[in-house]
Amino acid sequence: MLPGDPLARVLTIDLSAQRFEIAERRDLFEESLGGAGVAARLLDEECPRDADPLGPENPIVFAVGPLVDLFPLASKTVAMFKSPHTGNLGESHAGGRSATSIRLAGYGAIVIRGASPSPTYLVIDGDRVQFHDASALWGLQSSATVGRVLREREAGSGHRSILRIGPAGERRVSYAGVITETYRHFGRLGLGAVFGSKRLKAIVIVGRRSLPVADPVSYRRVYDALYEAATASAAMRKYHDLGTPMNVLPLNELGALPTRNLREARFDGAAAISGEALAEGLLGRRLACSHCPVACIHLAALRTPHPKEPYFYKTSMLAYDYELIYALGSLLGVGNPENLLLLMDEVEAQGLDAISTGVSLAWATEARERRMVSDQDLDGIRLAWGDGVAYRDAVRRIVSQPTDLYHALARGVAAAAAAFGGEEFALAFGGNEMAGYHTGPAGYLGFLVGARHSHLDNAGYAIDQKRLTAGLPAADDAIIDEIVAEEEWRQVLASLVVCFFARGLYAPDVLRDALACAGIEANEARLREIGADTLTRKWAFKRHCGFELASMRLPERIFETPSPSGTIDRSVVKAHLRQFAERTTATPP
Amino acid sequence: MAKRLSILDVDRCVGCQLCIYACARRGGRAGTDGARIDVRSAGGMRRGFVVIVCRACDDPPCARACPVGALVPRDGGGVRVVAGQCTSCGACQAACPFGAIQRDSAGRPLVCVYCGTCARYCPHGVLALEEIERSDDAAR
Repeated sequence: MLPGDPLARVLTIDLSAQRFEIAERRDLFEESLGGAGVAARLLDEECPRDADPLGPENPIVFAVGPLVDLFPLASKTVAMFKSPHTGNLGESHAGGRSATSIRLAGYGAIVIRGASPSPTYLVIDGDRVQFHDASALWGLQSSATVGRVLREREAGSGHRSILRIGPAGERRVSYAGVITETYRHFGRLGLGAVFGSKRLKAIVIVGRRSLPVADPVSYRRVYDALYEAATASAAMRKYHDLGTPMNVLPLNELGALPTRNLREARFDGAAAISGEALAEGLLGRRLACSHCPVACIHLAALRTPHPKEPYFYKTSMLAYDYELIYALGSLLGVGNPENLLLLMDEVEAQGLDAISTGVSLAWATEARERRMVSDQDLDGIRLAWGDGVAYRDAVRRIVSQPTDLYHALARGVAAAAAAFGGEEFALAFGGNEMAGYHTGPAGYLGFLVGARHSHLDNAGYAIDQKRLTAGLPAADDAIIDEIVAEEEWRQVLASLVVCFFARGLYAPDVLRDALACAGIEANEARLREIGADTLTRKWAFKRHCGFELASMRLPERIFETPSPSGTIDRSVVKAHLRQFAERTTATPP
Repeated sequence: MAKRLSILDVDRCVGCQLCIYACARRGGRAGTDGARIDVRSAGGMRRGFVVIVCRACDDPPCARACPVGALVPRDGGGVRVVAGQCTSCGACQAACPFGAIQRDSAGRPLVCVYCGTCARYCPHGVLALEEIERSDDAAR
């Protein structure tokens, strides 16, 4: 680390005492780089073993890394906390301007402890931290309004990040997210509920400064090579043109697009909600995270008539991504793009995680069809495949929780199925609702053994796709090694907070050269060591929270609906899970 | 012929801020401090962005506002800063209707030097360095 680089500074904010302190923690960043690695260490230090995820003892850790603000495509913030959704490791990544603002405010990590007695929002501006009354913001109907108010009220336009929760976080829905810059999210595993439990409505982080580099000449050379590679890359071009929804049609064609609660894996309405159709019919603007040339964020311009007033229209700019199209589209049978966008808008306004919401509603729809839940349980909402309006009404009730069923749905599909039945078609793994990839056994093994039970942990679905293309067997034992190796390498990327979309650009030798510019020496072997150590730490945390691989539930549905890799064999998945369990217990923390 | 930056198409701006980072990098450091160009949302990102950069005025109000003659009009338009003269009073910043004069963390004014580095790193064709043609300008 270079003299004058503020990366090693850790800002700790105590909401209970309304105090803050800044500590120099070179040890953390020297041993674990930043991001996931540093956050895992801070979580270890700060979170008591038996912490209530919604108690003041549960810390929130944000961490960024040495490449942030030096190089493009390294602009993610890693958040860690004990998850109120799964009861173990909570980890969520977001871009926007969060990482660049934290680093330029002069920090490598921020820890938030305690709980405020009344609603609060924080302003972090360099070495100043202000605690502001947020009681007037508490209870606002939409997360977007919170952003609008703070944007007007606080300084730092263009050089700040505004993190906020919606009603779902206030009501502690276990999969409420935190929204940043209107269109990016710490979506998964319930960071929004942890904010809500601390009565923390928002955080504004303002940062503007310069950062040292080891040698300006080599810095420019490494920067230019990365910039050229990023702007010339075909993959990056596709993320720009269509964004992640470019995956809708290929996955549908493959028979891997979960549809109507995965009773099917192809959606007859896929063409209308594909990246191509949305770009041609509705795309209104593209946005980028700070310091990213790609601009993968796609906003649809949706013009809707006023329900009563003639000749009155409103135009909304709504972000769409593949996972939302899957979870709120194909999985619910919603094939009308306007209805799908309005449903996404509601999820956004409430501040919910879209994947968990969609999967929970898909289960509820099937449970209603099977008469396991009544219309009374559903507060009169007649959930039916494709009925976007009914789903919007249900989303609001997940937050307001008028019945026992909605109260259960507010804790996710596993909780709802445990209370009302239908576990065989409740699509969650390790308590986290599944992402949109019914590709084959590696995809599911990836969900099961990923430390966050997220598709992004190890991209098992990509292993299935690679094997399909290469004509290799889907389920041989080698997939375990491939999944572990990928998840370990992703810890390196997540510690350097490199966007996973740019993992191809940031090869080990590129990372070595880039880190040298920040005064950090790390060859590939050292990086892989840090990756493995970070993953071990995350598993140790999970185990301390009582998580056991052996007790994981496998919903029957995934074995019923054929995948592109063929019908998935339960005994093979179980055997792989067993082999993985033996491996992780063999490497104690 | 003098050059200046031109905003070719602000609707193509995605808010990546690569121009800000590029300008700041000219000083041999990373980050954003020292940049002479700014980008901010036009009242929320859903409305797009405004790119704030010196338009090299023919009769620059910033130079007229400077009480110590630290901003000297450049032939063809715009200004150059005479190092050592400036007292960091901020009058130039207040005089620019575009808000195109930034200040560094020490309060010194940062005025575009019309080098075009920002445009070279704009991946979306928003910015360009162009020669100033005064007949065109009069028509604008």
